[in-house]
Amino acid sequence: MNAWLRRIGGYAIASAALLAGWQLLSMAIGSQALPGPVPALSDFGRLLFSDLLPHAGISAWRVVASMTIGAAVATPLGLAIGRSPRADAVFAPMIFLTYPVPKVVFLPVLLVLLGIGNLPKIALITLIVFFQILVTARDAARGIPASAVLSVRSLGATRWQVFRHVVVPAALPDIFTALRISTGTAIAVLFFSETVAGSEGLGYYIIDAWSRIAYSEMFAGIIGMAMLGVVLYELLELAEARVCRWTRVER
Amino acid sequence: MAAVSVRELAVTYSGVGRDVPALLGMNLEVGDGEPIAIIGPSGCGKSTLLLALAGLLPADAGEVLIGGEAVTRPRRRTALILQDFGLLPWKTVAHNAALGLEVRGVEAGARRKVVDEALERLGLAEFAEAYPGELSGGMRQRLALARALALDADLLLMDEPLSALDALTREDLQNLLLGIWQQRGHTAVLVTHSIEEAVFLGRRVVVMSPRPGRVASIVDNPEMGEAGYRETPAFLERCVELRRLLAAEGAFADQALAEGVR
Repeated sequence: MNAWLRRIGGYAIASAALLAGWQLLSMAIGSQALPGPVPALSDFGRLLFSDLLPHAGISAWRVVASMTIGAAVATPLGLAIGRSPRADAVFAPMIFLTYPVPKVVFLPVLLVLLGIGNLPKIALITLIVFFQILVTARDAARGIPASAVLSVRSLGATRWQVFRHVVVPAALPDIFTALRISTGTAIAVLFFSETVAGSEGLGYYIIDAWSRIAYSEMFAGIIGMAMLGVVLYELLELAEARVCRWTRVER
Repeated sequence: MAAVSVRELAVTYSGVGRDVPALLGMNLEVGDGEPIAIIGPSGCGKSTLLLALAGLLPADAGEVLIGGEAVTRPRRRTALILQDFGLLPWKTVAHNAALGLEVRGVEAGARRKVVDEALERLGLAEFAEAYPGELSGGMRQRLALARALALDADLLLMDEPLSALDALTREDLQNLLLGIWQQRGHTAVLVTHSIEEAVFLGRRVVVMSPRPGRVASIVDNPEMGEAGYRETPAFLERCVELRRLLAAEGAFADQALAEGVR
């Protein structure tokens, strides 16, 4: 309970500092395009239920679906590649070649192939998250100490049991770290893909407000996007604390 | 029955870019219920021998028999304890101790009973729900032992199990290992770097020669296990004898320096 209070207090102080900085910046620049936090927040409150939440819901569903699919496919694949020298010899060059390609460039292709609805956005974000988790999972699996594997194998464990009792849990903290880093990328790509096509989602809402020169509404959308990121990040934090309890023990 | 015979065993380690013969023409007989210690210079293949005994490394030539049966894969009642204890940090103490049973498909109720007993015996009962990260080094070593006891192991293979511990804890655990062996009478193969530990815990002490590893000599140590052995002149004499044998195998980098100290 105490930890929760401290956490909420931390968020409150950080938010206050950010809002103060925002206020100062908007006063210093004095442009319509950068309204202060007061009009932005009042629009945020006014539009929360009518506009923001429905758009945020669609955006959240796109990000969560993408990250779930990306992680669910990339984790077992990356771990398997990392544990098998033979698979690694085949897949590693492929990963090294494709990982540095910015996947965002495929958005036009995806739009042509999959239309302008949810599918191309989810496909694009999934692709990006997939590669980030794949590389992390492979490296994590390679870094597992031989002694942990040997001692479990000496108990008579099968390959699958070694995977389940050693490889997967050993890699989980790294996977969670990669997921948390991916939320930032995923939301950035989400914004981009929603501004390019479609008429739903926070990205669309922000760019629509911008085109109507409704700057305080635009910032209400930006606040919404920021909160989406915070909620996702915290959810991952919570999940990790539950799943990886041993990393929190004090010695 | 867990008598061990190693016959003309050769094991090659595939290192980076070249193959290293770790063991060549290795012969060793360990009686059922006999505790032996293995000592030798670094790189003499001691750890390789243990992995081969555990059924984790294939032999290039020769064979390993345990209880008369050739070892080609991990055996049910062999327990292997490694230097860093081989515990899984993500599992609780109770779960770590139960792992061997779980892997073998023993159902949860039966597992619990056996594990509770093993933890009780090693003084870890109140830490059952803790994680290894919360335990001291000595307690982690006890947990590795608890896992072996839970398996009802009749052959205990130990690879420098106490080398990561401080001197006092180490002596404490040496006494514990001796006590458990005296109660259970399992076969034990202990690989160690410590001459005193070898003499305290091995009824025979095997000295190995380096690259490729073979048995250089075997020292009989019949007084092992007698009360107060550690403080007797016989104990010290045996340590001196071993030190000389090790020096002859080139265990000390500077021979002249080692002679001077002696």
